[in-house]
Amino acid sequence: MTRWSWILWLLGGLLLGGVVHLSTVLALPRTAAHDAYARLLAIAPVNKVVPLPTTPAVMPFMDPAFATAVCRYDLSRGALKLTAPISQAYTAISFYTRYGIAYYAINDRAAGRKVIELDLMTTAQRDQLPEEEDVTAADRLIVESPTLTGLIVLKALSPEPGLMPMAEKALAAAQCKPQ
Amino acid sequence: MRLLLGSLFSFIVAAGVGLGSTWFALTNGTAFGGITIGAWQAWPKTGTMDIDPYARASVSRTGELPIGLGDGVSFVAKTDDAGRPLDGRCDVLITGTTPQARFWTMTLYDPDGQFVANSLNRQGFTSQELIRKPDGSFTITAAPRARPGNWLPTGGAERFMLALRLYDTPVGIATRAGREAPMPAIKQGNCE
Repeated sequence: MTRWSWILWLLGGLLLGGVVHLSTVLALPRTAAHDAYARLLAIAPVNKVVPLPTTPAVMPFMDPAFATAVCRYDLSRGALKLTAPISQAYTAISFYTRYGIAYYAINDRAAGRKVIELDLMTTAQRDQLPEEEDVTAADRLIVESPTLTGLIVLKALSPEPGLMPMAEKALAAAQCKPQ
Repeated sequence: MRLLLGSLFSFIVAAGVGLGSTWFALTNGTAFGGITIGAWQAWPKTGTMDIDPYARASVSRTGELPIGLGDGVSFVAKTDDAGRPLDGRCDVLITGTTPQARFWTMTLYDPDGQFVANSLNRQGFTSQELIRKPDGSFTITAAPRARPGNWLPTGGAERFMLALRLYDTPVGIATRAGREAPMPAIKQGNCE
């Protein structure tokens, strides 16, 4: 083969390499076997708040200053109601899709009350709500999940190590259950 | 024969370039829209629906859950201010103040994001338990052996990284420069 044909084959290979790069990056979230959701399958039953152990940590890059609990949710049978009493220092609730995208997070100050209460549902389920219910929903916090399944992560800060039991106790009273 | 040889060559180049660049991008943390202040880097968008595809792929690979933007922002440092990788056999001084936040935590991880085991069971500090100077600034010493003040044990690990997480903070996607978000300086001193 001439030198020019090799260079053409090389250029073709480079172009194809770009396609391989983009498609692997885009496909990875759907094929990853050890993402957060997969790691929690074994220890977190569906639609129930369970505490997460800190040692050994279930996921990398967890903040050791927090007591953490998780609710692995499934909305296919209907909406969920989440109630979580806030702890003394700082409490945050974060919502993740099945593939680990953080689509919503709220902290105790933004919630502005002693017990954070919210309804989690899909967009379709929200559309089916009776209209008068939606109107009186002013003090009702509704979170729309982009996916049918996902994770709710509840965190309570322990500002110093001795306060960890208190943070854990606040989370132990949290509930997520079908309405 | 020529066609076969040529296309085989092309496919090998494509596989090498494509998979190699994906691996490189995911292990080196190339995500867009980051804030860099000194040695610290943060990607506030990673905690939202607008997360870029590289950060998404990286998050699914490591199995971590990025901190939601309504919760806080996470800054990570893998080097000191001079750009040298953080070495657990050296005294690393983290000094200064932090951006405005209701609470913050400083945590030490190994390069895989796991805690470094130590007898004190100390993996980090919260903003409330630190010993501070009268002006509110602080010094944290990450070192293999006990140090006075705020000692963060490194366990003598060859490499480590630091995460500074700000909770309930105005720092976010709109933050641009160090003037808005004063981050602590990182300096490496004596090594064992």
